[in-house]
Amino acid sequence: MATPLRPGNPGAGGAASRPGARRPGVSTPWEAPTGMAGSVLGFGDELRSEGVAIGTSELLDAFDALQEVAWTAPDDFREALAATLAKSPDDRRTFDLVFDRYFFRAAELAAVREGVREDGGLDLDMDGANAEMDLDELRKQIAQAVADGEEGKMRDLARLAIAAFGRPGEGSGVLGVDVQRIRRALQLKAEPNPEMPPEDPRSEGLPREDIRRFEQMLRRELERRQIERTETLPPSRPLNELERALPSGPLQDLAAVHRVVAQLRRRLKTQGNESRGHKRHAHVDFRATMRASLQTGGVPIDIKYRPVRPRRPEIYVLCDVSTSVTSASVFFLSVMHALHDSFRKMRSFVFIERISEVTDIFHKERDFKAVNEAIAKDAGVADISGYTDYGRVWREFRELVEDDLHPRATVIVLGDARTNGRDPAADTFAQIAARAGRTYWLNPEPHLYWNYGDSVISAYAEHCEAYECWTAEHLENFVKALTAPDAARR
Amino acid sequence: MTVTPASVDDVSAGLRSVGYLPGDATALVSYLAARLGKPILVEGPAGVGKTELAKALATYLERDLVRLQCYEGLDEAKALYEWNYRKQLLRIQAEAKEKDGPAQPWSDVQEDIFGEEFLLERPLMTAIASPEPVVLLIDEIDKTDQEFEAMLLEILSDFQISIPELGTVSAKSHPVVLLTSNNSRELTEALKRRCLYLWLDYPSLEHELEIVRLHTPDLDEALGRRLVEVVAMVRDLDLKKPPSIAESIDWARALLLLGAQDIDADTFKETMSVIVKHRTDLDIVTERIGVKLGSGVGGTARGDAAPAR
Repeated sequence: MATPLRPGNPGAGGAASRPGARRPGVSTPWEAPTGMAGSVLGFGDELRSEGVAIGTSELLDAFDALQEVAWTAPDDFREALAATLAKSPDDRRTFDLVFDRYFFRAAELAAVREGVREDGGLDLDMDGANAEMDLDELRKQIAQAVADGEEGKMRDLARLAIAAFGRPGEGSGVLGVDVQRIRRALQLKAEPNPEMPPEDPRSEGLPREDIRRFEQMLRRELERRQIERTETLPPSRPLNELERALPSGPLQDLAAVHRVVAQLRRRLKTQGNESRGHKRHAHVDFRATMRASLQTGGVPIDIKYRPVRPRRPEIYVLCDVSTSVTSASVFFLSVMHALHDSFRKMRSFVFIERISEVTDIFHKERDFKAVNEAIAKDAGVADISGYTDYGRVWREFRELVEDDLHPRATVIVLGDARTNGRDPAADTFAQIAARAGRTYWLNPEPHLYWNYGDSVISAYAEHCEAYECWTAEHLENFVKALTAPDAARR
Repeated sequence: MTVTPASVDDVSAGLRSVGYLPGDATALVSYLAARLGKPILVEGPAGVGKTELAKALATYLERDLVRLQCYEGLDEAKALYEWNYRKQLLRIQAEAKEKDGPAQPWSDVQEDIFGEEFLLERPLMTAIASPEPVVLLIDEIDKTDQEFEAMLLEILSDFQISIPELGTVSAKSHPVVLLTSNNSRELTEALKRRCLYLWLDYPSLEHELEIVRLHTPDLDEALGRRLVEVVAMVRDLDLKKPPSIAESIDWARALLLLGAQDIDADTFKETMSVIVKHRTDLDIVTERIGVKLGSGVGGTARGDAAPAR
């Protein structure tokens, strides 16, 4: 079972590139170390370039693992690599994409080098009236396969479809265009199509997900043919953000924001608890100890400690939802959404002219879209003009939470500090900031625009720490800044 | 005597024989862990059988299971070892009384009282010091602090514990280590690097049906299929707490007990509380699934079980 892996193992089958027989013009990043080992190393490199953190130790583990599985079994091979290289669901998604791409390319490269060609017997034997009927039949068959979601059948039919509708030799050169053209020719649609006969699966519409899979197979097959024709590999292209995004997420940033907020939570929780490490048990409860010592004749054998209670941060988040920050407010709301997932003791507010508490909405609705709609509908924060009035917001906020604010609370304001010429009421803000333990301001505008026009961020920045924040990356910087030593003042 | 698996299929069959139906990846990673001696980090939503996997592995490998349940504020004293200072104090007192002469030099006493006799073993120490290899389950590691993770590093990579007063205790046997996490926070890179990674997700329809049938063999095949389809639909709804595998099994048992022939709208409404345990969730499920079952649609979980997220 355990086959030792040596570089240049002559048994390395289809997926491995082989030494020798190199053709000029075939540029290959995995040329240096050859054989299976080289392929795996190249694969690791490619994963790194897609942002998966892989250390040497992980690669060593991967090789250890590969010794234990029969690597001729594709599934085991893949899972063994995944278990050692991809260590989070996100990484796993990237892993799957890169795995398909990398080993597909490696196999094709090997095929080009060895001069292996597929038997292309299918694309020629259709002519005349015979072909007409066949095409209709083929359409129906493909629709059926897509409706059933059968992997193997779909793959076979993808080949046939290209042979029938692909017009060999006159492809547009852009794979995506060809794929869409073939899909249209096949009339594969997710929407129901009442013109079709009822027994045809297309009349009720096909599952979107399966159509997408079929398109992927078409693309793969087209790519393979292109490589076969030109005998060169197209330049490898990094995964774009879209491919990498959550398959179901309406907002691609949402996942990233959630990840960063998870970090934020950890930081906020441990900050201010620095003494816990070495002084954890420094507080002896003297009374209790003396009382317990009565049992042992006054010798304090059983020492009682004051319990250490983990601190739970309390967070107040205020989010501007006015028109001047429209583009940013979706981002801000997603930050709030993520915060709500992480903190139990959190109150959120949205404001324009006045302030409104939306904590309940976040508690009731878990779906981000639904939260968005609910806030748009019920918050009732615009009064007359629809322009932000910070002065009024601070006064109202102080009234709402005055009794609850205490030094352990953290206030986070998300807004652009544009007052539309109204009174900024910085002194009220200062009072709020003084009552709360920590106050942060996240501004969705680039630093360059701060204090230009009606922006009064500097008036507020005196009383809090202001950060520029309009991407998940900025948010991450903010979280990092939180743990910097100078930020740890309390 | 403990079992050493010889192949992935062995592990798969072994886990099946003790009532745990592993997916392909699960069997493979368990096999790798047993062979390579690396810890497994198991992540996934609640109720997919992460803890169950550890128990099944222990039964199959014929090893004892040592379990460390993590929680906020867990520290070395509760996870690793602690000095039994009561015993130490008594010892010193006893010695002083016995001798009743000039006190012993401090160094003697110190050597005396910091011996293994006065060490209280906690789960991690037990797992390491056990003469027979064990399965060590560190449950819900994401509940602990980062500091605790750092402390685990030495154990996970070298299987040893440094005790300042005593020196280093190395493992007498090599435990199979499982760490589970509900993914409520990101674990540190250092910890992940030392582990094999296994993501357990809700099983596919077929797989879950197999699991349910294994635990309730009397359940009608068609009813079982219907049940897992409905459960899959409920999971798709994005609830506060989606039903776990254990709850599917409970539901199957409940239906069996009630002698239900089919899951229609009424049966569903009556027994739904077995799988849905949140008030807001109950409302959503009644609204979405109840209607679907009532109108007689919903047999095929493919097309219609795709609510907008």
